[in-house]
Amino acid sequence: MTERSRPRLNIGAVRSTFAPWADPTAKPLVRFENVVKRFDGETAVNGVSLDIYPGEFFALLGPSGCGKTTLMRLLAGFETPDEGRVLLAGEDLAGKRPHERPVNMMFQSYALFPHLSVERNIAFGLKQQGMPKDEIAARVSEMLSLVRLDGLAKRKPHQLSGGQRQRVALARAIAPRPKMLLLDEPLAALDKKLREETQWELMALQQQLGMTFLIVTHDQEEAMVTADRIAVMRSGQIVQMGRPADVYEAPNSRYVADFIGDVNIFEGVAEHADGLSVRLASAESPQGFDIVEDDRIPLGSTAWLAVRPEKILVHLDEPPPGPNRMAGKVADIGYLGDWTTYLVELESGRTIRAARANATRFVDRPVDWDDQVWLTFARDAGVVLTQ
Amino acid sequence: MKARRDRTSLTALAPFLWLGLFFLFPFLLVAKLSLSETALAMPPYAPRLDWSQGIAGLKAFLAGLDFETYARLPTDRLYVVAYLSSLKFAGVATFILLLLGYPLAYAMARCTPSVRRALLMAVILPFWTSFLIRVYALIGILKPEGLLNVALRAVGLGPVSLLNTDTAIYIGLVYAYLPFMVLPLYAVLERQQHDLLEAAADLGCTPLEAFWRVTFPLSLPGVAAGSLLCFIPMVGEFVIPDLLGGSSTLMLGKTIWTEFFANRDWPAASAVAIVLLFTLVIPIVLYQRQQAKLTELGR
Repeated sequence: MTERSRPRLNIGAVRSTFAPWADPTAKPLVRFENVVKRFDGETAVNGVSLDIYPGEFFALLGPSGCGKTTLMRLLAGFETPDEGRVLLAGEDLAGKRPHERPVNMMFQSYALFPHLSVERNIAFGLKQQGMPKDEIAARVSEMLSLVRLDGLAKRKPHQLSGGQRQRVALARAIAPRPKMLLLDEPLAALDKKLREETQWELMALQQQLGMTFLIVTHDQEEAMVTADRIAVMRSGQIVQMGRPADVYEAPNSRYVADFIGDVNIFEGVAEHADGLSVRLASAESPQGFDIVEDDRIPLGSTAWLAVRPEKILVHLDEPPPGPNRMAGKVADIGYLGDWTTYLVELESGRTIRAARANATRFVDRPVDWDDQVWLTFARDAGVVLTQ
Repeated sequence: MKARRDRTSLTALAPFLWLGLFFLFPFLLVAKLSLSETALAMPPYAPRLDWSQGIAGLKAFLAGLDFETYARLPTDRLYVVAYLSSLKFAGVATFILLLLGYPLAYAMARCTPSVRRALLMAVILPFWTSFLIRVYALIGILKPEGLLNVALRAVGLGPVSLLNTDTAIYIGLVYAYLPFMVLPLYAVLERQQHDLLEAAADLGCTPLEAFWRVTFPLSLPGVAAGSLLCFIPMVGEFVIPDLLGGSSTLMLGKTIWTEFFANRDWPAASAVAIVLLFTLVIPIVLYQRQQAKLTELGR
């Protein structure tokens, strides 16, 4: 999509002030209340409570089998909860069949009707609402230009590319103007380049329509780029919920830290606090790790320090001795173009990931394989985790 | 390389040889017969090709062929009635088969795998017995003192006389052709993806509306395949009307048999057969176009 054809939306500026979840008077559009769902004795969703606010772009993120899709299907009405309630705009959805619910879903398989043309696929829900013919025609052409499929109205799904099918599925789901759009792994079938582009388009589309979006994905980048808030799920439960930056920079467990992005986790024992910082004794660093004071960590208890690779600095010359310092040898270099990832083997045998942005085209003395290097990071670069 | 291509073309030739030998050659024989006239001879038609006369013989033979038999067909009420009633029997039976076969195929496509296996078996199992024996078994059921009337008497009803009626023919046709209707329908319904129905429900369809807007239109290739697969052979069906229908039943299969063996009018029998063939070519072509479309859709 060119800059010209896309309406200019200053997403960042709009979104930075958007935080209805922090407003105690805001009314959620969707509320899950202690929802439990079991399949043949297996608990797929295990006591989830969740509020999603009007206009929000919310992502359910987790590995396959974590219950995220089941949670979405509970909202669409394809599953019924064994315990708890699902409310839409304050109304309990219990007993409402899928066709009675004002939410639409975009299926992972797209589920386009193979016997209908693109325009009749998009018109399907409108016809079902009993909309007059001329209004349907107008809405369909509006949808076609919204997803940039003008001219393909008469094609059948099997005559379209994967990306075009994805757009038809999207247009079909938003055409009836649902209160909420559910997207089940919407980009999983696209190749990487198209997937990245479409992420941005989804965001712009959501802003343009002012519609509430719920996306289910296993791809952390997809969730981070598109969503206002992310709920990370594991074994049927939400383990952390927050803005993408919060979840990335302040994960609350080793699971979340590890699931979202790359991370180095150091185990240690909290042994010394001077009011400003805590000293974590660890086998990896002779002087231990110094971290910003955190009263969640009782002295003498085991804790984990999570440091992202891009926050670790690689030095070829030995820095002065001190905490947060490790020595090792470069074991592997992964050059990604925009980033370079170094795998550094410590004397203890542990391998640490450090990443550096390739901000210039040439470096005077590049780090090479088998080079002796020192790794350091700032006192506030890591997060201390107790679970 | 060359040798391999020769072998490939040889493989491709085999079905053509088969078709030429067992389909085209007999067809040409019948076509030639239909252009001949009856004669008191052995075999009972003229002209006959006399090879000893050479080219002159061939010319005389070709001069003797004409379309007189065809011209006679529409003027004889017997043929017209037989023709129309064959189409009626086949058409009505196809419709009944569709009404019975669709729900059955639908149930098979939607039930649990173990039940499905059992139902599939029940549909296929009759094929393990000879077709003729199954039709005879139907006589045993339908005859005046047959199983049906015994059962009806036991509950204080009947008796009904079904054998040698049109109803018996319909029962026989529907019974014999049901698998040919059910299997193609089952094939399309079973392949239909469940998420299409979920999408329809999501877009506001009740289950019944989803059936009419999604399931049924998508099953139309199966409906066409099943209907043609039943209709085409039923038009020319001989055994069922002969054994179950009354002596007054007129169907083309029976007419052809009567002309050949009772009236010894081979040209008339052949002409009726050729007309039947050309009537059926239309649905056969339709069927093949449907099949091609099905293959295109069936990704």
